[in-house]
Amino acid sequence: MGLLSNKNKEVLASPLSKNNPVIVQMLGICSALAVTSKLEPSIVMGLSVVGVVAFANVIISLLRNTIPNRIRIIVQLVVVAALVTIVSEVLKAFAYDVNKQLSVFVGLIITNCILMGRLEAFALGNGPWESFLDGIGNGAGYAIILVIVGFFRELLGSGTLLGIQVIPDIFYEWGYVNNGLMILPPMALIVVAVIIWVHRSRNRELQEN
Amino acid sequence: MNRDSNTYTIIYASVMVLLVAIVLAVTSQSLKPFQNENEANDKRQQILRSVNIDVNADQAEAEYNKLIQDAFLINEAGEKVEGNAFDLDIVKAFRQKVYPVFVANVNGSTKYVMALYGAGLWGPIWGYIAVDDDKNTIFGVDFSHQGETPGLGAEIVNPSFSAQFVGKKIFYDGTFKSIAVVKPGKSAAGQDYVDGISGGTITSQGVDEMLYKSLQGYANFLSSKNQ
Repeated sequence: MGLLSNKNKEVLASPLSKNNPVIVQMLGICSALAVTSKLEPSIVMGLSVVGVVAFANVIISLLRNTIPNRIRIIVQLVVVAALVTIVSEVLKAFAYDVNKQLSVFVGLIITNCILMGRLEAFALGNGPWESFLDGIGNGAGYAIILVIVGFFRELLGSGTLLGIQVIPDIFYEWGYVNNGLMILPPMALIVVAVIIWVHRSRNRELQEN
Repeated sequence: MNRDSNTYTIIYASVMVLLVAIVLAVTSQSLKPFQNENEANDKRQQILRSVNIDVNADQAEAEYNKLIQDAFLINEAGEKVEGNAFDLDIVKAFRQKVYPVFVANVNGSTKYVMALYGAGLWGPIWGYIAVDDDKNTIFGVDFSHQGETPGLGAEIVNPSFSAQFVGKKIFYDGTFKSIAVVKPGKSAAGQDYVDGISGGTITSQGVDEMLYKSLQGYANFLSSKNQ
C-alpha cells in the first residue's frame, strides 16, 4: 500500500467537497460565523484548525489501542486542549500580531465540533497516516469555506481584501455604498447558506427528498 | 490488561494528566522570555502610536527610549507617587487610584501620555492618550482590545477611528467633560465628541466610558498647570 493509495486519496479529498465538514456535515458553523468578517483572520484560523486536527488525529490514532473506552471523550478533549494551548503559546511568542488578531478564537478551536467529530469517527479506528490525511482534508475543507465566506464578507462589507482597498474610489463617488449588514453575523449564515445551495445544485446526490 | 477495569482507567487518566501538565509547563516556561519581550515591545508600540509614531516591534525599544523623557506615577490629587510607570499592572493601579504618566518629547514639544482602561463587549479594552502641553488638547490616541468582534468592535484599533480624537478638548469651559463617543450622525451637547463604530455600539459605549472614567483620575493632574 503506497502512501497515497486510492483509499487515502479519497480520505484526503472527500472532505473538500462531497463530505465537507461545514456545508455537508454542518459542523463548526459557530466559528465559521464568528471569525469570517475579515479575510485575514479567516485564513489564519483555517490554517490553525488544519494543524490542530491533523496532529490531534495522529496522537489519538497512536493511542487508540490504549485508551480506556469509558473516558475516551475526556482523553480526546485533553489532547485537543493541550495542542490548542501549545499553538496559542507559540503564536504568542513568535507571531504576536497574528495572535492579537485572533485573540479568543484560537482558544475556541477546542470547542470546534469538527475536531471531536474526526477524533471520534476516524482516528479511533484508523492508523496514524490515514488519520493525518483525514485531519488535513477536514481542516482544509473547513478552511476553504472560511476563506470563501471571509472573502465575500470583507469585499462587500468593507470594500477591502486583507485590509487593502479593492473597490475603486470612483465607485463610491458614483453612489456605491459598503453593505454594513455583511459584517454582521447573520449575513455569514446567509453566505454559508448560499454556498450550500450552489454546492447542492451541483451535486444532486446530496439533495434530500 | 483489561482496558475496561477501574484501575486501568484511573491510572491511565492520572498518567495522562501528569504528562500533559509537564508538557504545558515546559512549553510555557521556555516561551516566557519571548512572550514578555513581545508584550513589552507591544506596550512601547502602543505608547508610541498615541503620539502618532508607528514603528515595527524591533525598533520600538530604541524609539521609545529616544522619545520618552520621563515616566512617573501620580495619585488622584495629581501628586507624584513612588513606583515604576512602565511595568505597572494597570488594572491593579487604577483600583488603587494610581495613574501612570509618560512624558514624550516630539519634535521639541512636550506631550503627556496617559493610560486608559475599561470594558468592551467581550473583554477588556485599553489604550493610551496623548495631550499637548496645555494638558487639554488631544494630540493622539491609540486603542487596543482583547477580544472585540472583528470588523465591528475591533475597528476601534483602526487609525481612522483614533484619528477623530486629534484636536478635541478634554475640558469644556474649564470643567472636566472627557470626549463622548456617539452614534454616527448624533451629537453630544456641552462636550467634544467623535463618531462611534457602526455595528459596534457596545464597544463604542465602552470607549466612551473608558475615556470618562480613566481621564477623571487624571483630572487634577491635567488642571494643574505647574510641572
